[in-house]
Amino acid sequence: MRITCPHCGARDAQEFTYLGDATVKRPTTPVEQPIDDSVLDVWHDYVYLRDNPIGLHQELWYHGACHQWLVVTRNIRTHEIAGPAVPAASARASS
Amino acid sequence: MSGPQPNRIASGGMIDRSKPLLFKFDGQSYQGHAGDTLASALLANGVSLVGRSFKYHRPRGIISAGPEEPNALVELRSGARREPNTRATTAELYDGLEAQSQNRWPSLAFDIMGVNNLLSPILSAGFYYKTFMWPAAFWEKVYEPIIRRAAGLGRASALPDPDSYEKAFAHCDVLVIGGGVTGLMAALAAGRSGARVILADEDFVVGGRALAEQREIDHMPSAEWARQAVAELGSMPEVRLMPRTTVYGAYDGGTYGAVERVNDHLVQPPAFQPRQRGWRIIAKRVILAAGSIERPLVFGDNDRPGIMMAGAIRTYINRFAVAPGERVVVFANNDEAVRTIADITRGGGIVEAVVDPRPSSSVDVKQAADNVGAKVIEGVITHALGSRHVQGVEIQGPGGTKKLDCDLVAMSGGWSPTVHLTSHLGSRPKWNDKIAAFVPGDLPAGMTVAGAANGTFALEDCLANGAAAGLDAAANLGFRRAQIEVPGADPEHAGASPLWRVKSSKGKAFIDLQNDVTADDVALAKREGFGRIEHLKRYTTLGMATDQGKTANLNGLALMAELNASTIAQTGTTVFRPPYTSVSFGALTGHHRGKQSRPTRLTPAHAWAEKQGASFIEAGVWLRASYFPKPGEKDWFDATVREVKAVRSSVGICDVSTLGKIDIQGADAGRFLDLVYTNTFSTLAVGRARYGLMLREDGFVMDDGTTSRLGPDHYLMTTTTVNAGKVMQHLEFVHQVLFPDLDVQMISVSDAWAQFSVAGPKSRAVLQRVIDKQHDISNAAFPYMGAANTTAMGGKPARLFRISFSGELAYEIAVPARYGHALAEAIMTAGAEFGITPYGLEALNVMRIEKGHVTGAELNGQTTARDMGLGKMQSSKKDYIGRVMKERPALIDPQRPTLVGVKPVDRSARLKSGGHFVPKDGPATAEFDQGWVTSCAFSPSLGHWIGLGYLAGGPKRHGEIVRIADPIRGEETAVEVCSPIFYDPDGVRLRD
Repeated sequence: MRITCPHCGARDAQEFTYLGDATVKRPTTPVEQPIDDSVLDVWHDYVYLRDNPIGLHQELWYHGACHQWLVVTRNIRTHEIAGPAVPAASARASS
Repeated sequence: MSGPQPNRIASGGMIDRSKPLLFKFDGQSYQGHAGDTLASALLANGVSLVGRSFKYHRPRGIISAGPEEPNALVELRSGARREPNTRATTAELYDGLEAQSQNRWPSLAFDIMGVNNLLSPILSAGFYYKTFMWPAAFWEKVYEPIIRRAAGLGRASALPDPDSYEKAFAHCDVLVIGGGVTGLMAALAAGRSGARVILADEDFVVGGRALAEQREIDHMPSAEWARQAVAELGSMPEVRLMPRTTVYGAYDGGTYGAVERVNDHLVQPPAFQPRQRGWRIIAKRVILAAGSIERPLVFGDNDRPGIMMAGAIRTYINRFAVAPGERVVVFANNDEAVRTIADITRGGGIVEAVVDPRPSSSVDVKQAADNVGAKVIEGVITHALGSRHVQGVEIQGPGGTKKLDCDLVAMSGGWSPTVHLTSHLGSRPKWNDKIAAFVPGDLPAGMTVAGAANGTFALEDCLANGAAAGLDAAANLGFRRAQIEVPGADPEHAGASPLWRVKSSKGKAFIDLQNDVTADDVALAKREGFGRIEHLKRYTTLGMATDQGKTANLNGLALMAELNASTIAQTGTTVFRPPYTSVSFGALTGHHRGKQSRPTRLTPAHAWAEKQGASFIEAGVWLRASYFPKPGEKDWFDATVREVKAVRSSVGICDVSTLGKIDIQGADAGRFLDLVYTNTFSTLAVGRARYGLMLREDGFVMDDGTTSRLGPDHYLMTTTTVNAGKVMQHLEFVHQVLFPDLDVQMISVSDAWAQFSVAGPKSRAVLQRVIDKQHDISNAAFPYMGAANTTAMGGKPARLFRISFSGELAYEIAVPARYGHALAEAIMTAGAEFGITPYGLEALNVMRIEKGHVTGAELNGQTTARDMGLGKMQSSKKDYIGRVMKERPALIDPQRPTLVGVKPVDRSARLKSGGHFVPKDGPATAEFDQGWVTSCAFSPSLGHWIGLGYLAGGPKRHGEIVRIADPIRGEETAVEVCSPIFYDPDGVRLRD
């Protein structure tokens, strides 16, 4: 598989490390809020639970060559990658 | 020595008669020529029996002239270079080649296991699952060893491979797979258009069947045309010819796996050259021109040596000048028999008869047979006669049954396109009724298929097809189409109708020669409920092993379709997966094996440690000094005790350059560190260091280390050696993914700085002679946990940290890596009067256990800050990674195993890590498990063994006696639970 890094160009997949779903958001729990079951449920979801959709999937890949976390849109069924990857920082900033 | 080559034709072929090559097969010497394969040389010498079959140990010969060969598998070379299951049909002959036949005992000609042939009723389909099932205990001890001896292929060399292998990448516009007529034409068209082309062909001479047939292209012999095409391609600067290269797999994103047999045609590779090279070829467009594979016919005893594919016989005659037999019966369902008859006759053979199973043979075949005085029998061969070599055939024709003597049968059941690579990404081939074969289905992106691989068999069509594919591929990439004149070819006859098996066969009619699967086995599988094609494969092993059914699959599934009263299209085919042909582990591994499987890293002062006589140990990817033995010391233990004592009483030096170091800068650097550490760093004063603990988001501890503030916006983090890369990636994740708005930048400086720990009561005195005078490092000016930018050795930048892992007054000093060695020498010189002692990882470990500091054994990914007794380091005033999840009920359970120290009740007893804590009395079983021992050491300071471990409810149990149970070593040791800090619990020494 080939992933196009916005900094380095198209590179072999072995340069990258996969993390998973790029759309999950870290919950914001105020420091003052007691950590009860409902809070833990939300965090359990964030830390452990991932959907396994078929088709297009936005996912995080780390490019070890340039130290960038990237958002890659990949078709899980065909491994086709839709366009160049986007730096995670700018993907977050624009969302 | 070697005699004449009885089957060598006097002239012609592509062998070099001026270059005789000597080789050995089963110890016997023979002669061949440059340009031969092992198979062609064996046939030239009249050797037709080359192996015994997998299950029945039946005599087997060479049936093909290519990679599809199911029978002629040999052990090539000897000793450590022995390679089993090598196809004699693709092994290039070289001077001094040695090969052995496989799966025979005691000899190829007389094989005792041939008795299996008589036992065949119990070795039929599914025999693995039926015959040897009961009693279960018999399987491992009795049945499996017997089956393994009786049924099998070659033996792997158990020795390390002495040769080297390489991995390489290549990029191109157009990759052409297969260098036959179609591939050559495609490469010429794409190359002339200006595209960067790679042409890969598995053979050592590129040309495919142009070399194997007596055809005419552009008014010249096809082999000559191929030679000229290859020469032109060789002259194009943008075209790379890769002979001896098999493209074995198609992968995502236009990536293709290939193996180049760089030096398999030599006894051993020349110095500094690999035997094979594993390629990843990245191609924008791919033209698959892999050709096609001829199908055998299924009739009784069709596996006898001397029964060969008609196309292979033509190859041996035309390319290798070898006539595999003299009296030949041709058995073919298609008009290619015309060429077979002509070539055999030209090669000096006599065509005894042409057996044509079609309802009526064609005019062309009849004419060709008539030309050589042979008769055409419209019928079938029901079985072959002879055992170690075919001696005749029984033919069932319109006039009844009759026997005919012969020493060679040329069979052809038509051709199957080589579609393997088209389906590697999951698509299935489609059935084409018109040519009675599977053709490519959906193709991988960027691939086109041309010529015979696409079911286009006629030579003229292949030429046109290849040219069009090459031009289209180039034009697609924006190159201007070259003007191509497609050369003409001699006319041909293409009539064919399928014959999947001879129904009136007598004896065993083999479908899969490599796995000894017969037509009866397929029928049996159907009767026993394994009628689906995927079940058939697993139940009978049809299509498995090294050839993956290249000659067998279609005949097998056609028979199953018939038994299911279904069509082949409905029955479908099994999926092809990489690799197309077997690939050696060496080609996949390249240089990454043994010591080279990962880099070995040396610190900047490695040579200094070597000079000090260090004994090194692998720590992650690093080589680190473990201890520094002195004359008279028995072992590591003596040296370690001496080193610890030296540090505790005077001063020692230890290379800690391997620690991860991350430079963090920016207006939000402090806020950022507050997010990744459980404790607070934004409040840390400039010029101070602090110990920090980092959690994963799931609440478990990830890493620890000290971080110093070097300026208002500038921090320097250290990590453990093994987690350096992981922590860097984590910090980048936290910044780039979770908190991209923070104004912070970070970079790993692990390799930029060499760092030494200088520890012991005399450490300050030593460093005062190394650090330049203008920097005051007195206790008052530079107290415990101080951090400063200084200079040393006369103006060299030096970072000084007053931190202590040993528990003594101690410093870590870092200089740019290039000064690392010089600094070590300078410290040694400065410390000479105090008897400064280099110490290694062992002493470092002893001292940190004495101080109860945690390291890898305690930070094992399953432990929390609370477990380590560091719960108080977790701030309740700020958010940080892992803050919420660490509060999960199971992680705050007071009964969780928590860090304790232990000392043996019998102070002379030795402690070993890995054991589990159980109560003082009662059974030592898992039921009573209360935790485990993580680290142990002999404490020179206390004079006995000490240990650290996690014990349920630990902190409340100081003073209690428990046992360490070690069932693996069969030991139990009573220990007293105590504080994990054994030495200087109030931390007086390090503040001195």
